[in-house]
Amino acid sequence: MNLTLKIWRQKNADDKGQLVDYKVTDISEHMSFLEMMDVLNEQLINKGEEPVAFDHDCREGICGMCSMYINGEAHGPDRGITTCQLHMRSFKDGDTIHIEPFRATAFPVIKDLVVDRTSFDRIQQSGGYISVNTSGNTQDANATPISKIDADKAMDAATCIGCGACVATCKNSSAMLFVGAKVSQYALLPQGQVEATERVLSMVQQMDDEGFGNCTNTGACEVECPKGISLENIARMNREFLKASL
Amino acid sequence: MTTLNSRIPKGPIKDKWTTYKDKIDLVNPANKRNIDVIVVGTGLAGGSAAASLAELGYNVKAFAYQDSPRRAHSIAAQGGINAAKNYQGDGDSTYRLFYDTVKGGDYRSREANVHRLAEVSGNIIDQCVAQGVPFARDYGGLLDNRSFGGVLVSRTFYAKGQTGQQLLLGAYSAMNRQIARGKIEMHNRHEMLDVVLVDGKARGIIARNMITGEIQRHSAHAVVIASGGYGNVYFLSTNAMGSNVTAGWKIHKKGAFFANPCYTQIHPTCIPRSGDYQSKLTLMSESLRNDGRIWVPAKIEDAKAIQEGKLKATEIAEEDRDYYLERRYPAFGNLVPRDVASRAAKERCDAGYGVNATGEAVYLDFAAAIDRYGKEQAKIKGIDNASASEIYDLGQAVVEAKYGNLFQMYEKIVDENPYKTPMMIYPATHYTMGGVWVDYNLMTTIPGCYCIGEANFSDHGANRLGASALMQGLADGYFVLPYTIGDYLSDDIRTGKISTDSPEFEEAEKSVKELINFFISNKGEHSVDYYHKKLGEIMWDKVGMSRNEKGLKEAMAEIKALREDFWKNVNVPGTSDEMNPELEKATRVADFLELGELFAKDALDRNESCGGHFREESVELDGEQEGEAKRNDKDFAYVSAWEYKGEPGDAVLHKEELEFNDIELKQRSYK
Repeated sequence: MNLTLKIWRQKNADDKGQLVDYKVTDISEHMSFLEMMDVLNEQLINKGEEPVAFDHDCREGICGMCSMYINGEAHGPDRGITTCQLHMRSFKDGDTIHIEPFRATAFPVIKDLVVDRTSFDRIQQSGGYISVNTSGNTQDANATPISKIDADKAMDAATCIGCGACVATCKNSSAMLFVGAKVSQYALLPQGQVEATERVLSMVQQMDDEGFGNCTNTGACEVECPKGISLENIARMNREFLKASL
Repeated sequence: MTTLNSRIPKGPIKDKWTTYKDKIDLVNPANKRNIDVIVVGTGLAGGSAAASLAELGYNVKAFAYQDSPRRAHSIAAQGGINAAKNYQGDGDSTYRLFYDTVKGGDYRSREANVHRLAEVSGNIIDQCVAQGVPFARDYGGLLDNRSFGGVLVSRTFYAKGQTGQQLLLGAYSAMNRQIARGKIEMHNRHEMLDVVLVDGKARGIIARNMITGEIQRHSAHAVVIASGGYGNVYFLSTNAMGSNVTAGWKIHKKGAFFANPCYTQIHPTCIPRSGDYQSKLTLMSESLRNDGRIWVPAKIEDAKAIQEGKLKATEIAEEDRDYYLERRYPAFGNLVPRDVASRAAKERCDAGYGVNATGEAVYLDFAAAIDRYGKEQAKIKGIDNASASEIYDLGQAVVEAKYGNLFQMYEKIVDENPYKTPMMIYPATHYTMGGVWVDYNLMTTIPGCYCIGEANFSDHGANRLGASALMQGLADGYFVLPYTIGDYLSDDIRTGKISTDSPEFEEAEKSVKELINFFISNKGEHSVDYYHKKLGEIMWDKVGMSRNEKGLKEAMAEIKALREDFWKNVNVPGTSDEMNPELEKATRVADFLELGELFAKDALDRNESCGGHFREESVELDGEQEGEAKRNDKDFAYVSAWEYKGEPGDAVLHKEELEFNDIELKQRSYK
């Protein structure tokens, strides 16, 4: 298929940036979206132009590095996948595709489609851990039974890949699905109880300090989340926050 | 000249690690505050090491090329992590894990290291549970296990199909705690481009800030390389796009020996390639082989019809299917080790029985498992005379609960429903057992330079068993390196801060800048990918699953010629003082082009078949094992450690003879 691409080009953080048109031809429906971008970049390099910078690494939907806003949706039109798992069979010959970076105050653009998501790291550093040392001298792993239901729910929350699609999608640029997922993982496990109060207070504080917005219950984040993280996690975080604040 | 000293402690194998730990030198907490350690890479090995060293009190500087330590490629490991907990009461023990790992590695690993790994394996699970890793549990609330290839017990702990992710997030959370305390200085989007030696000791690195292009000097009392494997030398692999050998190769060029580069794991269950534009291959976890049955059509005419799109898998009658693993290896069946399963798939496809348009695919079929689980569920739920569709639905639900995310991933890529029609799979490069040579302390032949995780060569011999990579990465980082590095650093308590204002740092920085300026100013005619793909083709065709003398010699010459062309004609757009992904690729591919030649040279030297390394000249000619790989213990029971001498082809071989005192060397039979 032949496609027109409108891609956000921005030289660096200080540059204003703009959408630039490109044409690609003979794109196979079996290609992944990023392989189509590879074809474009090879074309640009061979023409002596600068290739489009974009983040990507594992290309199997787990590292959370890829981050494109395609036709107005984080990770493109399909559900439950990251950009690297999107295939060209989701498009048709003659389509025009808009490709932009994930946008949010807390995710400044570094170059083209690459954004800075270290604000997520800083939220995790503020309390997204259990304070055990790594000596291995803890109790036996089976000493504390954990209900399968709780363990499975904790796992569901823990599958967050930290890509930021929730933030990019949210009209308030809220990070509450991301933070809620981490808070929930620990809130559901006995190991997380000891520091529950400090954790939720300081992660929420850091989230606010980074400039993320608040949640207004639209639920777009849940729809666009490649890992299907549930809104329930935001509710659980709110409950934890309230409990900690009383 | 450097000589190999593996520094294996004396004494019975069961006591070596314990006794050794009791006697090595320690650094007192106050002095640790005056000692800096650099850790390159933040996967399971690097992340766990950085967190543990910081927690002990050292000042850690960690480096990752990704935008966050959480994105290192350990995150993609699916199936699980082994530990000799014997929670299932099925006869597992430290000795059995040790034995399985040495046997699985085809008797080419170091006994003492493997035993230590088995000893600390249980602690890893305890540690991870304490960190809040949500492992799978059964209804009683205790931890669940599954089994993996090459073993007869269930010792694999897992978190759905995302075990690597959960373990890495555990290590990342431990790092975060130390970053918050200021004990780890984290450098995201930084790439190490050289190591700096002062008076023969590793004292720092040169790194490039990948956002600004700034070339930086970083000093430390010791340098730990945890940069993962080099599978991307094949261009197509299951590795992440950025996975590279550069850190390991740079230390090799400064004196670290590189061991067994030819030991590569070609994983049997990957999604087959679909076209020339393919940028990477995707693994389907080996855990699928617990329940999936592997087959190809028994009749060549059926295979041809499938390849031409005239016949479907589901239209082939049961008796016309060749479950070749169950046929050839009745004892282990679909759970033979990875190297055996991969070669068996290649053998069938080479014989013309492949099941997609390229003829390079076999089926992985879940119909029998869905039926079996469905009947079991019907019984549990008390449904008498369940209909076929009821049984199917019940069975599908069980399979979905176990492997749902993998099935979804497959469907997204291939656009076929694997519950209804068998998956297609084919082997792909996945893991490299070879790597930087290290002694028992995990120190390379450069004093003060350590290498851990997949980047080193140590524990898996010539073939790694499933769910053992995560185990080794965390064992090295949490429980081994933090002890052994203290023994070395105890001599450094009075050294004081290492200055970066020395001729050695000056020189290293200069050569890195020259390299980068070369790429930017060369303006040749071919992109970096052009060379990387060509290298990958040579490697796959001549240094892939099956190797012979003629092909290996050709590969060496072709890689050398390709490298020379690269240095003349490579084209890197953009500038050096900005984010420039093509420049990053160029520095990595330059190193792959050298490693590839050494890889082929090592494969040529090792004229035996062992583990993932299969030499066509070395097969069993008769008897029950006819056609199987033939190991040669008399001539090749050694680790090949290569010393750099200016050109990869001129590398000098040093042999570490392997001694087997606790395990008898035997033909590895899975029949």
